[in-house]
Amino acid sequence: MHRDHELHTRRKGRNFGLLAVLLAFIVLIFGLTVVKIQTGGFAEAFDHVSRPAIVPQDAVPEVSE
Amino acid sequence: MTDLSLHIPDTGPASDEAGLRDYWQLLKPRLMSLSVFTALVGLVIAPGGVHPFLGATSILWIALGAGASGALNMWFDADIDRVMKRTRSRPIPSGRVEPSDALALGLFLSVLSVVMLGLTANWVAAFWLAFTIFFYTVIYSMWLKRTTSWNTVIGGLAGAFPPMIGWAAATGSTPLDAWLLVALIFMWTPPHFWALALFVRMDYHVARIPMLTVTHGRDATRRQAFLYAVGLAVVSLATALSGIGGPLTLAVAVVLNGVFLKGAWDMWRRTDAEADADGHAAEKALFKWSLVYLFVHFAVFVVEAALHPYGGW
Repeated sequence: MHRDHELHTRRKGRNFGLLAVLLAFIVLIFGLTVVKIQTGGFAEAFDHVSRPAIVPQDAVPEVSE
Repeated sequence: MTDLSLHIPDTGPASDEAGLRDYWQLLKPRLMSLSVFTALVGLVIAPGGVHPFLGATSILWIALGAGASGALNMWFDADIDRVMKRTRSRPIPSGRVEPSDALALGLFLSVLSVVMLGLTANWVAAFWLAFTIFFYTVIYSMWLKRTTSWNTVIGGLAGAFPPMIGWAAATGSTPLDAWLLVALIFMWTPPHFWALALFVRMDYHVARIPMLTVTHGRDATRRQAFLYAVGLAVVSLATALSGIGGPLTLAVAVVLNGVFLKGAWDMWRRTDAEADADGHAAEKALFKWSLVYLFVHFAVFVVEAALHPYGGW
């Protein structure tokens, strides 16, 4: 019957710990991406679409019926 | 398949191989917890709102930056740690972690934390985090710690920056109110640490570190601790009268500083012989109160911020 050496057990623990950290990092980056897109921080900086919110009111032509 | 375990002895280097806990210890978790708490307060009391997820992750990057400083400090101070009793069992001097691994971890986490804080919050906060890591590693660890007895005072500045970084993460700016938080921790650090140095007879002289207790003597350290306690009281009252303060902060600050000043006075007006006779009761009392002081003072800023809509200064 195979019995893990203490060194293997320790390395296994370390590897699983590293896996957990990497997975947490991925989840964190995904969460950041979702929140950034929702709040529009990055999108507003680099898109090429006119944004009514930043157009001065004087410059908005009145629409006649 | 070969079972490698057959070729590995039961004792020796194998049992010295680093585990996750050793790498965690490299990050100095106690110092990290102080940074997390004060940065969180700075972030919460800053005007305007921050998305909870962005706020929480910003705090995480600040904590990671603090941890990176700890790893770099342990890498550089390995020679000192090896000769002092208190630090001999740290991961590097005990041989569980290679110095080069600690350096690599510190540098990697430094870059990661700064870049991620910049992307998560803003580059003002990222700049101050990078500056803090630089200050703690280069200015404090590499330069001041080994050359001047004022290392505790100036080096304490590195531990004082986190609330301002938290504030910057929320607002992108560092106004006077944020700097008052820095000043509060800056003035708090020397009496807190010197009280500890007076009752835990650390063997800094063995490592040739010019601590105030060694270079100027224990009586001078007692006097300096009291003087800094006076300065701390002034800064504390200034925070209470500033935009982050209010009537509640002022009332709490008066009590906190009153007890702190009394403790620092008692510690100053006695000799080492008296301290030895009662087991350093005054020094221990001041040290414990300093912990309560910082926690309550920062907590009351949060309460005051929550009360601001109902009235303040």
